[in-house]
Amino acid sequence: MKKITGLFVFLLLNKFLNAQDVKMADVMRENGKIYVVIAVMLTILAGVVFYLVRLERKISRLEKNK
Amino acid sequence: MAERKNYMYMSWWKILGVVLLAYTFTAGLLVNVPRLPQLQETIRNLFFHVCMWFGMMILFTISFIQAIKFLRTNKIEYDIASRQYIGVGMLFGLLGYLTGTIWMSYTWADPNNPAYASFGSIAREPKLIGAAIALLVYAAYLVLRDSIQDMDKKARISAVYNIFAFAMLFPSIWIIPRLLPSLHPGGEGNPALNFNDIDSNMRLVFYPAVIGWSLLGVWITTLKIRLKKISEQKLVQ
Repeated sequence: MKKITGLFVFLLLNKFLNAQDVKMADVMRENGKIYVVIAVMLTILAGVVFYLVRLERKISRLEKNK
Repeated sequence: MAERKNYMYMSWWKILGVVLLAYTFTAGLLVNVPRLPQLQETIRNLFFHVCMWFGMMILFTISFIQAIKFLRTNKIEYDIASRQYIGVGMLFGLLGYLTGTIWMSYTWADPNNPAYASFGSIAREPKLIGAAIALLVYAAYLVLRDSIQDMDKKARISAVYNIFAFAMLFPSIWIIPRLLPSLHPGGEGNPALNFNDIDSNMRLVFYPAVIGWSLLGVWITTLKIRLKKISEQKLVQ
């Protein structure tokens, strides 16, 4: 039982330590600045989609005129 | 229009693609990812860089199917579709290459030396050479096509070439790079499709991302096909 608990503690500690070594953008997630990036990306996507929809409308009009 | 509505004029899959892309951009940045020393946050490029290559493969596969359809029916509309799918597929492939270049210069290059010192080892990377071969084979398709004047001959020869190019695609991007030592991940097993390979959280974003990017590619291609058909009809009149 002691052995298993020891192993469990070791694994947990190992996971925790490993998680701390690697530098990630945790600050960005903490202060919510990551949402700014998402907003920018979604705006670009919306712009591209808007452009494609306009283009498709124009093509449909051309197809009707032929 | 036609009695059976063509997929090009339906809107549900376009909306689905846009929704999946919006999900990719949001969840792709917020999902919990494994903390890996070399990759750090760049692991999220899986939802963008890798999806370019998957999109390219899917578009080339559609083009291959259209080429076979053309050879079976001799209808020129399949030839137009086949050509346009290759155009957008190449765009995805080039974007995959460019994004891969950016990604590897921050993860593969040795930070202690100037960038050109690592270039020698990176340029020998089999995955890069394989992808370059695949893209060049398809670039040759465009050159071959445009060098033939006769419409029917052009369509038939490029359809046959397309089938051979497709036969080269998977060996050059999947099989050959695996036979050689490589820095690129995904050398063992079934990369990206293996359920133990990538983190389960990431898979929840990765698969929708592949579908979303591919649908965006198909959407752009259908617009190009419709434009091409209009201009061909103008030529006939």
